[in-house]
Amino acid sequence: MSDQTIGVPSGEPAATLFFKRLWRAIERLVDAVLLLRESVVGMVGAGLVAFWVIVALMPGWLAPFDPLQTILPLQKPFAPVPDAAGGGTFWLGTDLLGRDVLSRIIHGARQVLIYAPLATFCAYFVGVPMGLAAGYKRGWVDDVVSFIANVILSFPILVLYVVIIATIGASAFNIVLAVTFASAPGIMRIVRGLVLDLRNREYVFAAETRGESNWRIMLVEILPNARGPLIVDSCLRLGYVIITIGVLGFLGLGLPPPHPDWGGMINENRAMAMSFPHMAVFPCLAISSLVLGFNLLADGLREIALRD
Amino acid sequence: MLVFIMRRFGTMILTMIAVSILLFLLLEVNVGSVAIKVLGPYSSEDQRNIWLQTHGYLDPMYERYLRWLGHFVIGDFGESVRFKVPVGDVMWPRLGATAILGAATLLVVVPVSLGLGVLSGMREGSKLDRTISVTSILTTSVPEFASAVLLSAIFVYSLKLLPGTSGMSDGFDLRQLVLPVMVLVLYDFGYVARMTRASMAEVMTTHYIRTAVLKGLPYRTVILRHALRNALIAPFTVIMLQIPWLLSGVIVVEFYFAYKGFGALILEASLNKDVFLLEACTMVAVFVTVMTQMISDVGYTYLNPRIRFA
Repeated sequence: MSDQTIGVPSGEPAATLFFKRLWRAIERLVDAVLLLRESVVGMVGAGLVAFWVIVALMPGWLAPFDPLQTILPLQKPFAPVPDAAGGGTFWLGTDLLGRDVLSRIIHGARQVLIYAPLATFCAYFVGVPMGLAAGYKRGWVDDVVSFIANVILSFPILVLYVVIIATIGASAFNIVLAVTFASAPGIMRIVRGLVLDLRNREYVFAAETRGESNWRIMLVEILPNARGPLIVDSCLRLGYVIITIGVLGFLGLGLPPPHPDWGGMINENRAMAMSFPHMAVFPCLAISSLVLGFNLLADGLREIALRD
Repeated sequence: MLVFIMRRFGTMILTMIAVSILLFLLLEVNVGSVAIKVLGPYSSEDQRNIWLQTHGYLDPMYERYLRWLGHFVIGDFGESVRFKVPVGDVMWPRLGATAILGAATLLVVVPVSLGLGVLSGMREGSKLDRTISVTSILTTSVPEFASAVLLSAIFVYSLKLLPGTSGMSDGFDLRQLVLPVMVLVLYDFGYVARMTRASMAEVMTTHYIRTAVLKGLPYRTVILRHALRNALIAPFTVIMLQIPWLLSGVIVVEFYFAYKGFGALILEASLNKDVFLLEACTMVAVFVTVMTQMISDVGYTYLNPRIRFA
C-alpha cells in the first residue's frame, strides 16, 4: 500500500493516473486468480463459471439444434431425434413447443452472461461514485445520498422490479435499468462504509496536503484500497443479479419470448411439470450451477484475501 | 434512548412518504392503462375515458396523491381497483396467511442455522466447518423458483408425497405448507448460518475464551457459558432482518405454490397497477422493515451494553 503514499507525480491528470492504477489492479487480479489455486472451493467456483463462459462464447458450435426451431414436442431426455430432423438424440428432451432443451439452455447461457455482468457493471458505475462522494465529503451530500439509498432499499425489492418492468415494459435494456436502479444503493452503502474507514488514512492526508482534487483523492487514493471487499461483493452480486434476471423471467417479465431465457423456460414449461418435469428441471440446474460458481468463487477470493 | 426512538420514528415517516411518492411516480408512467386492466382490452376509448374521469384519474398527479395521503392517514386505504372491495378487506387476511408461512419458516430456520453456525464456528477450518460452509453456499445458490421446481419434481412428481400446490382451497392444510416452507428454509438458512459462524469464530479467538480453556474449564462449559452469550448477539440482528424479507421476499414462493399470501398479493397488485392496494401493501412492508430494524437496534444495545446511542 505504501506505493500510494509517495512518489505520486502530481502533474499527471487524474484520469490517466486512474487508468494506470486500474491496469495495475487488473495485473494484481490476475495474480489473485493464480493464488486461487490454493483454495479448492474457489477453484471449483472458477471452474463452474469458466464452463458457462465457454458455453456462452460458442453456443453455435455446442448446441445440436437451433434454439428456436420446432422439431418434435414433448420428448423425454435421451429420446431419439426423427431422421427427418437429422437424427441423433435429444439429450435433455424437448419442450412444450418441440424445441431442444439442451440447445435452449446453451443459448440461454449467452443471454444471462451478457446481461447479468452488464447490469452489475452499471450498478457499480452508479453506486461507486455515490458511495465515494457520500463517504468522503460527508455533510449534506452524505445525508441526501444516504436518504435516497434508504428509500430505495426499504422498498420490497421485488416490488420495485415488478413495478418498473411492468411499467416500462420487458426488454433487455429495461432489465439492466431496473437492476441498476435497485442495486446501486446497496453498492453505495458498502462503498460508503469502506470510505469512512479509509478516509482517515495517512496517504489520504498526504494527498490532501499536496492539494489534490477531491475526485482524484477518491478515485486514485481511496478506491484502489477498497478493492478487496468490492471484488468479493461483485462476485456475490453477480450471482444475485443472475437470480434476479431468472426471477423476472420466471414471473413472465424477463426477456420477451422466443429468447431462450432460463427463467422464462422454467415459466413456460411449468404447466407440464407433472408429466414432463425435465423441461423445467434442467434450466433450474443450469441457473443454480452458474450462481453456485460465482458464490464459491467469492468465497475462495475472500479466503485468500483474509490469508494475506 | 427515547430521543433515538423518536428520531427513528421521524425518519420512518419521512421514508414512508418518500416511498409512496416514488411509487406514485412509477405508476404515473402510462397511468391511463389501468382502465384497460379494468375494462378489458376490447373497451373503447370513450369507455376508458369515462372510467378514468369518474375515478379521478384525470386530475393532476399531486391532487390525486394528496387525496390518497389524506385518506391514508385517517386509516382509509381506498378501494382496490382489481378486487372492487376496500383494500383492508383483501390485505389483512393475506397478511395473516404470510405471517403463518413466515413464522413456520423462522421456526425451522432459527434453530437449524444457529445450531449449524455455532457448530462450524466452534472449530474454524475443521472438516465439519468446511462441510457446513459449502452446504450453506450450495443451498443459497439455488434460487427459490429453482428449488421450488426441484423439490416439486422430487416430492410431488417422483415420490408423490406432498401436494404440489398450496392454495388452501379446502381450509387450512398443514401438508400444503411443507413445500413452501422447505423452499424458504433452504434459501434462507445458509445466510443466517454463515453469519452465526463468523460471529462464533470471532468470539473463539478472544482472550477470555483462551483464558477459560487454559484455566481448565470443560469445553462444554466454555462454549455454553462463555462463548454462546457473545456469539449470538450478531445473529440476533440478522434474524430480525429476515422478517421483512419473509414478508415481501416470498413473492416467488407464493406465486409458484399459489399460496394466497401477501407476496402474491403484491405481485398481483403491481401487475394490475392497482395503485391503492399497492400503496397500502408497500406502506405495510416499509413499516415492518423500519420497525424490525429499530427493534434489532434497540435489542442490540440491550444484549451488548458496550454499545450506546449518542
